[in-house]
Amino acid sequence: MAERRDISIQVPVLARVEGEGALELRVHNGAIEDLKLRIFEPPRMFEKLLEGRDYSEVPDMVARICGICPVAYQMSAVQAIENLFRVEPGPWVSAMRRVLYCGEWIQSHSLHIHMLAAPDFFGCSSVVELARTHAAEVRRGLTLQALGNDIIRLFGGRSVHPVGVRVGGFHRAPAMAEVHALRAQLRAALPQAEALVHWTASLDLPESEQEFTSVALRHSGEYPLTRGRLVSDSKLDISVDRFEAHFTEQQVPHSTALHCLHDGRPYLVGPLARLNLNRDCLPAPVRAALDSTGIRFPCRNMHYSIVARAVEIYFAVHEALRLLEAYSEPDSPFVEVQIRAGAGFGCTEAPRGTLWHRYDVATDGSVARARIVPPTSQNQARIEADLRQALQAYGLEHEDAALRRRGERVIRNYDPCISCATHFLDLRVMRS
Amino acid sequence: MADKPRIAVHKFASCDGCQLAFLNLGEDLLRLAQLVEIVHFAEAGAVHPDMPVDIAFIEGSVSTPEDIERIQRIRHNSKFLVTIGACATSGGVQALRNLAHSQQWVASIYAKPEYIRSLATSTAIAQHVNVDLELWGCPVSGHQVLAAVRALLFGVAPVELNEKVCLECKRRQTVCVMVAKGAPCLGPVTRTGCGALCPQFGRDCYACYGPAENPNTESLARRFEGLGLLPEAIARRFLFINSGAPAFHGAGVRWSKPPHG
Repeated sequence: MAERRDISIQVPVLARVEGEGALELRVHNGAIEDLKLRIFEPPRMFEKLLEGRDYSEVPDMVARICGICPVAYQMSAVQAIENLFRVEPGPWVSAMRRVLYCGEWIQSHSLHIHMLAAPDFFGCSSVVELARTHAAEVRRGLTLQALGNDIIRLFGGRSVHPVGVRVGGFHRAPAMAEVHALRAQLRAALPQAEALVHWTASLDLPESEQEFTSVALRHSGEYPLTRGRLVSDSKLDISVDRFEAHFTEQQVPHSTALHCLHDGRPYLVGPLARLNLNRDCLPAPVRAALDSTGIRFPCRNMHYSIVARAVEIYFAVHEALRLLEAYSEPDSPFVEVQIRAGAGFGCTEAPRGTLWHRYDVATDGSVARARIVPPTSQNQARIEADLRQALQAYGLEHEDAALRRRGERVIRNYDPCISCATHFLDLRVMRS
Repeated sequence: MADKPRIAVHKFASCDGCQLAFLNLGEDLLRLAQLVEIVHFAEAGAVHPDMPVDIAFIEGSVSTPEDIERIQRIRHNSKFLVTIGACATSGGVQALRNLAHSQQWVASIYAKPEYIRSLATSTAIAQHVNVDLELWGCPVSGHQVLAAVRALLFGVAPVELNEKVCLECKRRQTVCVMVAKGAPCLGPVTRTGCGALCPQFGRDCYACYGPAENPNTESLARRFEGLGLLPEAIARRFLFINSGAPAFHGAGVRWSKPPHG
């Protein structure tokens, strides 16, 4: 029996996560007494900044919430506003938004797998170090990340804060020649994405099963990206405008991000939750690659999230190619909209999970109120629950450094995007 | 390896998008890591925030009391301090919150709104410490950061691109969206560097690269009025991504006020 000791671990800056967070752990008599994932990303108050802006300014403003998933913010926002204005931009816009979103999934997931997560498995501190021993794998990751960026660039001019999306559609339709070039890149990436699935599944992933509820969008037969109903594996099945009746946000003193709970309990959003609920919607080759990994579904091991991300990259490459094979230039890349006052709701699947928006718009088209529930605030309570169980199961007798490393790996499974912590309740303004 | 120049990338209040100027470099990121030693870049895995460096890149704005202490420590430890992006260079989109106060009280109470702004909560790095180079943009591009690293490593002054977006449009032979469509384009007062993206997409520039040299905001605002924009819409054009930049702040605040003849 290992000696019982009191330990206190503080990780002041979490490395290889997006945004700034910290972990505090207090152990007493061999049991976890206190565990906090502290998010101290300074609140930027986007919901307040949006008030008074014209509806047309919303896509450019919400992009700034997150540099890693600006497209997700733009997609949920335009969906909410179009929902309010009762606009249906048509099949071309809806297909191309899906392609654009695939670009963001490929970019964000590739960045996460190679730059944030993979170094853990090879005892490296960074991708630069990893590249010395695993040059081919890192190069493949960089190529996929660049492909994701190229897709976003095609529709938005640049991959961070792209400028192409507007309420009603796009500002510009890509020219046929540009699409042609991208199709060739996508075709070349298919085998690389498939190989990535196998590589992630071959990593030394800890065995650790936990009980949790998965929540994701679901839409008749298509793998969820841009639309659908919100479902869970515990019987939730609602349209996105009913979100507020089932999900509540609570402030916790140690975080500027709110904890969002489903019927009062933690839950999971993100790639593994999506796969748990929508595996049947994967195209045949992607499904086959997933099946060949031998991972059983529904999956309760959060360490398999890295495989789920690789599967979603493969899916996104496949899906973007499928949609662009049928590309034709439209008469107009957008439809005109008419302002309607009221509340609109939008919900899409950001790379790291469900992203819900609500906008209340006044008769002059200005935003009266905005509410944004990002995936990280939804996962935060689940991350803390996971950490408690995972660290206890791992063994609190381990050295502090080992406990810290394990804790960081657990957190990285969720790919938390701490910059997305848009909410605030308690703001102290210092004035001298 | 000890004599390789050291760089650090620090984050303040931001969206992380300017750090992607490094993380999206692809193979160039690996090449950069051969030229320099990256000692602090938390998102990329290096955590030595207090190590002395040759170049410190700063993303994000100062918005908490701890930020003020942290930026002073970083300044102390750095030979060159370079801001990357709108947040670090002008306070960013979140600096709009400063304005809520100045609009509500300051405009009616104080003769000098600038004074109140200096006490507000999201501010540019240069309001707190000396900055050696400012890279504008929301976001900055990989090209901008690599050019800065290269110039500083060679010991030459980096070239500052401060001309207007209009010149880039002319070079690219992009049709002027203001002339052709009557769109309220901010290109005539905005710094180039993005490649004049918005006009190429058929839309008006929204000034994410901040003010160009000698920007005539007043004349452009009157042109917008001629296009049919209401004063508050004109104010919002200037008060967006770079509302903390003095030229845009001044124009925005002037047009926010109720008309007084």
